[in-house]
Amino acid sequence: MTDKTIRIGAGAAWWGDRIEPAVLNAQKGDLDYLCFETMAEATISAAQVRARRDPSFPGYDTYLDDRISGVLPGCLRRGTKIVTNQGWLNPDAAAQRIVYWLRHYGARGVKVAAVNGSLITDRVLELTSTILENGQPTSTLAANLVSAEVYLGAEPIVTALQGGAQIVVTGRVADPSLFLAPMMYEFGWDALDHQRLGAGNGIGHLMECGAQVCGGYFSDPGFKDVPEPWNLAFPIAEVSPDGSCVLSKVAGTGGAINLMTVKEQCLYEVHDPANYLTPDVVVDFTTIRLEQLGPDRVRVSNISGKPRTPTLKVSIGCTEGYIGEDMFFYAGPGALRRAQLAKKILEERFKIVGLQAEELRIDFLGLNAIHGEMSPKDGPEPYEIAVRVAARTKTREEAIKIGREVDGMAVSGVAHTGKRVPHQDRFREIIGVWSSLVAREKVPVTINYFES
Amino acid sequence: MRVKLQHLAHTRSGDKGNTSNIMVIAYEPEFYPLLKEQLTAERFKAFYAGTVEGEVLRYAVDGICALNFVAHGALGGGVSRSLCLDNYGKALSAAVLGYEIEVPEAMQEKLRGMQ
Repeated sequence: MTDKTIRIGAGAAWWGDRIEPAVLNAQKGDLDYLCFETMAEATISAAQVRARRDPSFPGYDTYLDDRISGVLPGCLRRGTKIVTNQGWLNPDAAAQRIVYWLRHYGARGVKVAAVNGSLITDRVLELTSTILENGQPTSTLAANLVSAEVYLGAEPIVTALQGGAQIVVTGRVADPSLFLAPMMYEFGWDALDHQRLGAGNGIGHLMECGAQVCGGYFSDPGFKDVPEPWNLAFPIAEVSPDGSCVLSKVAGTGGAINLMTVKEQCLYEVHDPANYLTPDVVVDFTTIRLEQLGPDRVRVSNISGKPRTPTLKVSIGCTEGYIGEDMFFYAGPGALRRAQLAKKILEERFKIVGLQAEELRIDFLGLNAIHGEMSPKDGPEPYEIAVRVAARTKTREEAIKIGREVDGMAVSGVAHTGKRVPHQDRFREIIGVWSSLVAREKVPVTINYFES
Repeated sequence: MRVKLQHLAHTRSGDKGNTSNIMVIAYEPEFYPLLKEQLTAERFKAFYAGTVEGEVLRYAVDGICALNFVAHGALGGGVSRSLCLDNYGKALSAAVLGYEIEVPEAMQEKLRGMQ
C-alpha cells in the first residue's frame, strides 16, 4: 500500500452523451484513467435487434470511432489508461477497432483487452429461475427473448489491467465497477475487502453519470444556478488509497461541483441508501461525509460497504410489441376546447378502425402530458396545447394506425389544427427489460488481448 | 406560514424499471426536521396519486439531510414500455416542489428563492 493518489476521469454517462467533455478530460485532466459508461438498460437488446436486421453492424458503441479517436491523442500523450463498456455485443470487435485507431495515431505495441462473458442469451433460461419484477418463471420470457446480459463487476477489468492492458473494453459491466477497477488495481484492494470496495464503488456511482455531478440535470433558475450551463465538464476523482476522494473538474468549464450536486448524485437511482447492490459489494451511502474544499472541489469520504451477494443481476430484454405515437397542436383563444374535441374525434375514430391496443393514452401537452392524473384540475388554460396520442400494441400494423389517424386530422379534423409533416418515426418496437439473478460461478469470463 | 417545498429543498429523480426514486434534500440543516416530520411516505403517495400506482418507501439519510422516496409503479410499466412522454420520469421530481410545508416564521429569512 502506498500513499499515492490516482486521478480518474469520466468520459461518458450514456450512449448519447457529449464527446467534447471527454476529449477535454483527456487533454487537460491529467488523468491516470478515463472511464466510459456507454449504455442504458435496453442498449444491448436494441443492438441485438439491429444486428439481426443489419449484418454489417459490428455490435459495439455506434459512437466508438468519435469517442476513441477524440480522446486517444490526449490519453497517449499523458499515458492515460482507458476503461470502457463500449464493447456492447462484441468486445473483441471493439478492441480491434481501437487497435485500428491506435495505429492511426502511430502508437505501436499498446495492449487492448476485451472482456467477454456478460452475454448469456443462449443459457439464461437454464441459469435463472425467477423474474424479479413479477415473480414469474423466466421461462415465460422464452418466446420473445432478445438478449440477456449479466452485470459483471470490476474483477475481470482488474485482471486485464494486471495482464498489461492499456485499454480495457467490456460488454455489460455495472456502471460504478468501471471506475472501481482502476482503484482495486492501483491500490491492490482485495476483491473481498468490502470496506474499501464499498468506498470505491460509491465513488464510481458519483462518477458514472458524468456531468450530473458537475451541475448537469441540476440548474433551476433562482434556486440552483450554475455558471455557463452550456459548457459542462465531466468529473474527475482524485482517489486516495483509503477510499476517499476529491471530486473536481477541468478549470475554465461551466457548471459546478458543490455539496448539492454531490448529494443529488449520491442518491440518484438508489433505492435503499444503506444497501446499494453492485456485483462487487453492497454500498452503504448513509455514512458518507462531504466537505467543500474550495470552488468546484468536494471531498468525499467514509462511504462504507458490506459483503457482496452470491448472485449477479441479469438483464433480460424481450420484444413486447410496438408503440405508435404522434402529436398535433392548437393555440390561441379556445385551444383547449378544440383539443378536447380532437380527442373525442380520435377516440371515435379508433373504434371505427378497430384499433387493438393494450393501452391508449391521449394527453394534452401543456396541461397534463407529463404528470398525468396528478396535474392540477383548476389550472389556467394554456395558450398552446399539443394533443399527444400514444398506444401500445401487439403488432406493427396496429401501432401504425395511430399516425394514420393523426394524418386524418389534417383535413377531417378541427378548426385551426396545426400538424407536423408526416414523419417516419411514429412507431417503434418495444424492448421490455426484466431482471433475474444468476449464481456468480455460472458466469465465466474470458479476456482476449490485442496489440497495436 | 405555509410555503412550497421548493423554498426548503431540492429534488432529483432517477429510474430503475418501473420504479422512480425521488430524493428531497434540505437546503439548510434546520429545514430537514420539518421535511422529515411533514413529508411522510403516506403523504408523498397521496400527493402523487394517479401517477404513482404502487407502494412508496421512504429512506432517510440524516448525514446529508436527505429523504429518498422510492415510488413503485411510477413509470407506466417501465421506461421502455411506458406511454408517458417522460419515459424516465425525469420531471417527476419537480411535482413535489409544490408540496406545502408549514414553516416557523423565524425561518423565513433562510428560505431559498423567496425574493
